[in-house]
Amino acid sequence: MVVPSLKLQDLIEEIRGARTQAQEREVIQKECAHIRASFRDGDPMLRHQQLAKLLYVHMLGYPAHFGQMECLKLIASSRFTDKRVGYLGAMLLLDERHDAHLLITNSIKNDLSQGIQPVQGLALCTLSTMGSAEMCRDLATEVEKLLLQPSPYVRKKAILTAVHMIRKVPELSNVFLPPCAKLLHERHHGILLGTVTLITELCERSPEALRHFRKVVPQLAQILQTLVTTGYSTEHSISGVNDPFLQVQILHLLRILGRNHEESSETMNDLLAQVATNTDTSRNAGNAVLFETVLTIMDIRSTAGLRVLAVNILGRFLHNSDRNIRYVALTSLLRLVQSDHSAVQRHRPTVVECLQETDASLSRRALELSLALVNGSNVRAMMQELQAFLESCPPDLRADCASGILLAAERFAPTKRWHIDTILHVLTTAGTHVRDDAVANLTQLIGGAQELHAYSVRRLYNALAEDISQQPLVQVAAWCIGEYGDLLLEGNFEEIEPLQVEEEEVLALLEKVLQSHMSLPATRGYALTALMKLSTRLRGDNNRIRQVVSIYGSCLDMELQQRAVEYDTLFRKYDHMRAAILEKMPLVERGGPQVDEEAKESKEAAQLSEVAPAPTESQASQLLDLLDLLDGASGNAQHPPLLDPSPGGALVHLLDLPCAPPPPAPIPDLKVFEREGVQLNLSFIRSPENPALLLIIITATNSSESDVTHFICQAAVPKSLQLQLQAPSGNTVPAQGGLPITQLFRILNPNKAPLRLKLRLTYNHFGQSVQEIFEVNNLPVESWQ
Amino acid sequence: MIKAILIFNNHGKPRLSKFYQPYSEDTQQQIIRETFHLVSKRDENVCNFLEGGLLIGGSDNKLIYRHYATLYFVFCVDSSESELGILDLIQVFVETLDKCFENVCELDLIFHVDKVHNILAEMVMGGMVLETNMNEIVTQIDAQNKLEKSEVRMENAIIKEGSQHDDNLRMICSFHCLSFSITL
Repeated sequence: MVVPSLKLQDLIEEIRGARTQAQEREVIQKECAHIRASFRDGDPMLRHQQLAKLLYVHMLGYPAHFGQMECLKLIASSRFTDKRVGYLGAMLLLDERHDAHLLITNSIKNDLSQGIQPVQGLALCTLSTMGSAEMCRDLATEVEKLLLQPSPYVRKKAILTAVHMIRKVPELSNVFLPPCAKLLHERHHGILLGTVTLITELCERSPEALRHFRKVVPQLAQILQTLVTTGYSTEHSISGVNDPFLQVQILHLLRILGRNHEESSETMNDLLAQVATNTDTSRNAGNAVLFETVLTIMDIRSTAGLRVLAVNILGRFLHNSDRNIRYVALTSLLRLVQSDHSAVQRHRPTVVECLQETDASLSRRALELSLALVNGSNVRAMMQELQAFLESCPPDLRADCASGILLAAERFAPTKRWHIDTILHVLTTAGTHVRDDAVANLTQLIGGAQELHAYSVRRLYNALAEDISQQPLVQVAAWCIGEYGDLLLEGNFEEIEPLQVEEEEVLALLEKVLQSHMSLPATRGYALTALMKLSTRLRGDNNRIRQVVSIYGSCLDMELQQRAVEYDTLFRKYDHMRAAILEKMPLVERGGPQVDEEAKESKEAAQLSEVAPAPTESQASQLLDLLDLLDGASGNAQHPPLLDPSPGGALVHLLDLPCAPPPPAPIPDLKVFEREGVQLNLSFIRSPENPALLLIIITATNSSESDVTHFICQAAVPKSLQLQLQAPSGNTVPAQGGLPITQLFRILNPNKAPLRLKLRLTYNHFGQSVQEIFEVNNLPVESWQ
Repeated sequence: MIKAILIFNNHGKPRLSKFYQPYSEDTQQQIIRETFHLVSKRDENVCNFLEGGLLIGGSDNKLIYRHYATLYFVFCVDSSESELGILDLIQVFVETLDKCFENVCELDLIFHVDKVHNILAEMVMGGMVLETNMNEIVTQIDAQNKLEKSEVRMENAIIKEGSQHDDNLRMICSFHCLSFSITL
């Protein structure tokens, strides 16, 4: 039984009549079932109607892949009606990811060679939309033949298909390059448009094609001239301009051909001046041509007078009332700002005005351009404008604006204090949108500006007191208050109203930050550490701080809990060391972005070392004893190799070394220790490529009759050197010349300071535990000079 | 290069979608939804250019759109196209539709989607501008429509001839029967 199927119009009516999404789906599913049935055994004459319905349904978003085979059948049919829908279906349903698409290659080939003109047009259109690389290779010769056919309708389509083919299979450029010169002589605008597009594509892909086509520059200029000077022609004119599309394409191609080429540029100069001055700019079409002209003038080697004319045209357009024109003007100026910076600077005031636009696209362009225009002389004025913009700009531009301001401030800051003020302002207005490294940058900056410590901490305290929600601001403020709390309480600052800040207020503020639900865990960490540091900076007693610290010892957050417990231990057991550990931090060296990472690492490591983990009490205290003996300050604690890695800075140089031990340099070995058959030797290795690095290999040998077990060697060096101990080869030296233990020390000595080395040995020998601490004398001079 | 041409109404219902680069069906629908979302937020008196959404390939692409009554015409292009030129192209497209459909309105686009595709195929091919002369385009479309109609007419004529032939045959048979019976 043949179910009467709907015509396309009726189907659309039904779909539109559906009230709900579910109803629509039902209608469509029913119809798809009909379509499927009819594909199987329906009337072949009506197949095109079924496919048309399927394509409509596909546009609405419903699955239609079962129609792919029908497309093939329809394309292969001899009726034009069938082919029309079949090719449309192929363009919409098939693409190069489906294997089925190759099956239409043969039909296309037949249609291209034997079909009537409309059919050839359909085939070319489909090929240029979804033709894959294989299809293009197979059909290249057919398309080439069609380039020379008499009918302009087919030729213009063949040319654009050629462009698509070259995009898919670049080697085909050789096939399509020769006909171009002849095609340029045609008069039909469609053919000319296609040819110019084709030549543009060829030139963009290969420098030889570019050189080859430079010789058609005079011809192109001629065509453009004719277009510009010919009077009103009904055929191709759009609001009074003669075929603006062709003009724009030609100008684009001239730009490519004239770039970096004196001769071609010279030929174009007069023509460009003519176009620039004669084009009617009252309507959009004329403006399109004018813009393209300006871009071309700026890109080729044009005369200075012409360039000035071009930039002035752009400036004029910035004042145009049409927003589209202003948008394009801003975009063009952005492209020019690198090459013609001073010319664009003249328009800075207008650009800054554009920041106030309500149109989001325009204000975004204006922002990008303003940031590009900031330089050393206008930085203060520009920053003021940009900061005002930051306060009122739409949220999606905030992040870009904030990072742009910070970047520009970094490059052009006239004074450190201005820089700090600017960053502070950005943090208070748009704190949540700044990049992560802004906190690190600001602390670095403040740390380095010693004369501004008091000023910074005061301002940060005020800002924090007002608002504790902006996390980056809170983090920086907490750090500063911790570091420079004593300056905050001193109360004497020039230029700010002296306001006495009480200790209790400071502590209360930090506690508020700790307890606030808006604070991130990292922020809490900052606040806790700051509180700890204040315990040495403030004059009052520390009960309040101790209380807070012990409360957080049972906090759920792992990081906070660990810190709190450690700080608590510091109060209880190592109170005598607290002052030394919580001293002011040294300034970290800063280099490029890569070194920033290491600066952060070393800051973290330094922070970690401030909070010395206490693995076993005796070890920690005796290690610190070692250091006290050397130079009495805490600074860089040397950890045993199983704990944290050394400060990041050392890693860079250490990574330079090849994995295999370097060839030994002739520094004599040194015997440093001997007791009851246990001997310790040092050998020194320095590499000529890296004179700051010294490797020491200690070798422990045992010639006695008892094994040496639980052998541990620790070392300490002066503060100006860096030491890293690698894991030893073992803990046991068997008796009577058994396999010795070796351990590698790496010492970085960039300043060539005199090397001093203190060693501590612990081991079990003859059933007794032995501990020896000694300084190594007679270190060879060559090890550090 | 033009990456996609979309027409949808004020509620986001697609009226035409043509992609010049391969995207899966899901991606296509996502692009339509996202584009509608971006474009519908725009005020009436702002510029016609938008930076493209994340889906259509990143920062090089722009959306150039025009709003006519109940329909948005959106062209997604890359940086090699002239923005003002594309604005003019949209205008030419709409004027051509107007000429082909005689005072085109949304209903025409709804009920004759395939015809709109055919007209568009005469203007933009493979993502590149093919022809902008309105008269040429309309002439071509008319010629193709005539070709279709003549095909259908021919087929109908054959069918009618066939059925006419059948009718004649039946009449002759019955006549013969009658004459036969009369002679009888």
